[in-house]
Amino acid sequence: MTPEQAVVAVETVSAIIDGAEVTVPKGTLIIRAAEQLGIAIPRFCDHPLLAPEGACRQCLVDVSINGRAFPKPQASCTMPVENGMVVNTQLTSPVAAKAQEGIMEFLLINHPLDCPICDKGGECPLQNQAMSAGRPESRFEGEKRTFEKPINISSQVLLDRERCVLCARCTRFSEQIAGDPFITLNERGALQQVGIYENQPFESYYSGNTVQICPVGALTGSSYRFRARPFDLVSVNSACEHCASGCDLRTDMRRGKTLRRLGGDDPAVNQEWNCDKGRWAFKYLTSRERVKTPLVRGADGELHEASWPEAIAAAAAGLKGKRVGVLAGGRLTHEDAYGYSKFARVALGTNDIDFRARPHSDEERDFLAAVVTNLKTTYIDIDKADHVVLASFEPEEESPIVFLRIYRQVTKRGLVVSSDAPLASRGSKKLAAQLVKGLAEISGLTAQSVILIGERAAETAGALSAAFELSQSTGAKLAWIPRRAGERGAIAAGAIGNLLPGNRPVSDATARVDLQSAWGVKTLPENPGRSTSEILAALNDESLDAVLIGGVDPMDISADALNQLLHTFVVSLEISNTAVTAIADVVLPVAAVVEKSGSYLDWRGIARAFEKGIDDVDLRSDVRILSILADEMGKPINLPTVTATTREIASLGIWDGTQPVFSKRASAPASSDGFTLVSWRFLLDLGSLQQGEANLAGTAKQARAHISTATAASLGVSESDSVVISNERGSIELPVAIGNIADHLIWVPRNSEGSQVIPALGFTSGSVKVAKR
Amino acid sequence: MADEAKSFSQQLLGFWVTFATMFKKVNTVQYPEVKEPTAERFHGRHQLNRYEDGLEKCIGCELCAWACPADAIYVEGADNTQEERFSPGERFGQVYQINYLRCVFCGLCIEACPTRALTMTNEYELADDDRAKLIFEKDDLLAPLRQGMIAPPHPMYPDSSHLNYYKGEITGSHPSQAREEQK
Repeated sequence: MTPEQAVVAVETVSAIIDGAEVTVPKGTLIIRAAEQLGIAIPRFCDHPLLAPEGACRQCLVDVSINGRAFPKPQASCTMPVENGMVVNTQLTSPVAAKAQEGIMEFLLINHPLDCPICDKGGECPLQNQAMSAGRPESRFEGEKRTFEKPINISSQVLLDRERCVLCARCTRFSEQIAGDPFITLNERGALQQVGIYENQPFESYYSGNTVQICPVGALTGSSYRFRARPFDLVSVNSACEHCASGCDLRTDMRRGKTLRRLGGDDPAVNQEWNCDKGRWAFKYLTSRERVKTPLVRGADGELHEASWPEAIAAAAAGLKGKRVGVLAGGRLTHEDAYGYSKFARVALGTNDIDFRARPHSDEERDFLAAVVTNLKTTYIDIDKADHVVLASFEPEEESPIVFLRIYRQVTKRGLVVSSDAPLASRGSKKLAAQLVKGLAEISGLTAQSVILIGERAAETAGALSAAFELSQSTGAKLAWIPRRAGERGAIAAGAIGNLLPGNRPVSDATARVDLQSAWGVKTLPENPGRSTSEILAALNDESLDAVLIGGVDPMDISADALNQLLHTFVVSLEISNTAVTAIADVVLPVAAVVEKSGSYLDWRGIARAFEKGIDDVDLRSDVRILSILADEMGKPINLPTVTATTREIASLGIWDGTQPVFSKRASAPASSDGFTLVSWRFLLDLGSLQQGEANLAGTAKQARAHISTATAASLGVSESDSVVISNERGSIELPVAIGNIADHLIWVPRNSEGSQVIPALGFTSGSVKVAKR
Repeated sequence: MADEAKSFSQQLLGFWVTFATMFKKVNTVQYPEVKEPTAERFHGRHQLNRYEDGLEKCIGCELCAWACPADAIYVEGADNTQEERFSPGERFGQVYQINYLRCVFCGLCIEACPTRALTMTNEYELADDDRAKLIFEKDDLLAPLRQGMIAPPHPMYPDSSHLNYYKGEITGSHPSQAREEQK
């Protein structure tokens, strides 16, 4: 509870439940009040984060108010506590106990005896409560109702209709929380069943939550079906590596193999939800493309498997005394990013390090150092906001849990949302967002407002300055929400050319001296380092000799990035075979997220630590390998373990000296000739961490080129046609979707099947030619 | 002196048990040349049974593994597909291992089995010279194919469902169930 909440006087009511008095805030449901006393009333449809439904009737209790009893038992999940109420649950009232037993008997009449083949068996609320609140023997002798089973609700969610107890948790979730009402209850009476709309598939980014909250085995996940029993699984707490929302996850493993991931319970962040990408995109861990042994390029020009000492010696020989750049990538844990940062400064003696493996700008780098390091905005600010501005940020695609938070406030109290997106996407329609051409058009912001800036702001000159200006002039809170999980941690660790660990500016001599004494080194490099694109250019014109690369896909940076790496000495720390490992001179395999411990800083800058789940002796965290490499080079960084790194980061602390000032940039005039291509990524696309999971890919949105009605008319295309988008580099051919966008703009997804913008066109936004195919 | 005589006679008395035993029926069995049948319900090596058409009864539910007090059983379930069907219904046991170094032959597993897939035979010769050989795989445990059975994978009996199997209504295989090379 925050201090503001604590001072608000809450009206309370008192009641007696099973002979014990309880005082709760007015409006509290009987079932919640009973929980406070430690009394568990059986329930199926009740869920604390969903609106009360009273669908299953399992929670019947005996209620009387001021001595007047209700004639029949009442559902405790829909009735709020009132003064003078006396409640008797199944523990003290034979009537309530008998009523619950009767309801259980009704629910079990048509419930098949699937327990041996049902995934829920062993962790099933129906199984458990049939034991605690049901009859010991069945009296039912008729034929059970059967349906054909299972049916695919989507490629990743399967439905066994005969197991369903019609609690409506799944339909309420998709309507109230996700805003994707593609699933509903059809028919009536005994034939009532969960169904999908015929012409709208269940394409929700949050469908996995319906599997998690289903109180029976009616909804199951395709990828986990028949794979294990609860008692087989070893669970560890983990943090999601897919985006910067910062979800708490639980990873379940069997015999060293990740079988499923579930949303963890963190009320301050993801509540109990997570997105399908976080839940199901983990097949990359067991992919055949994983690298498990070091590789060294031999005299014959081919990569050969090598021992660790050989590979470390080869990497050290290629890096020692050379001018080296470091591309760390945005997917590192805070500890690993710190390892890269310290390695660059101490072992390589350079500030040429950048974590940004995406389109970026110098304006952004200054913004990260001067503004982002001080941001304190959290999810609670979104909950309390009077206006949320989305600046180059598409929450449903780029940070889905942030979307859920905003959507909840939009539905609950009509929160105003404005977005500068060029396209009215499904996500912004759900938020009823007002689309504006530029941030200058937005009025009425107050200190209660929140401006959420996405990483794509770096692609438009002056966009970050405009957002900063808007927050300065109105007092609105700022937040910068990158797509990747490791970016905020990389900033804090100083894996960028103008910052040292703990937000110390490179240009500040006192900050450097502070760090020198902490690290026990004589000097630290003084000049701000190159950015990612400058490092790549320097490698190409040989002002740098070698490069150390973490988890980076060069196609995320630019179409030429891979070519710029071809003629240089490349040391790659990777989990899988990629375009970079194919051209690397030394490949050092590293542990992926469940194989190591560490922490991610989410967009709020708050750490979520996670434990190691799988012990694989061949795989080590990046920081451990960098430490060994630094020892071999004779310039030790002394970070032998993740724990030691965490301790060192904590002991360094945050810089409290002078901060750099953000110098605003002017915005560039928009080019107006021909068509302008705009793009962002879908949540589910061709991203490298989603590979190998066909069920997940089955619910990815189809790539379409969005054009306005006027544009469509001028090109002579209709909904069933395709267009060819081209420039001098190449072309993309896509079916069109008409409407929701301004004239002379064309929007395509950035990295989806059939629409990979950077490889095909060489940029992420700019002027293109469009023609009907 | 008298005491010594008494002591000697008592020693003879002691040997009387030995002497009398020489004329009793001998219990020794000349194992392994001679093997006597076990008691009818002796708990020996497990067996994974089949339906009369050869499909496996095991559905990979892991209840045996759950019931096992010695953690000797390891099971992995998997989906039957149209092309490869091993058992009636949706699910079959893809991996089935019993570790006879751990098994205590208590029989809780066969009691837990919901389809009577797992039963125990009377076979007791379970010694070997290698620990790895004492982890029995599914192939070692599956009942042999009897007359009229077809080795899975193959489809279910024509026009039947898993319920016909559970009710014992399938009494043999149908020629259409055999794969091309088996026909």
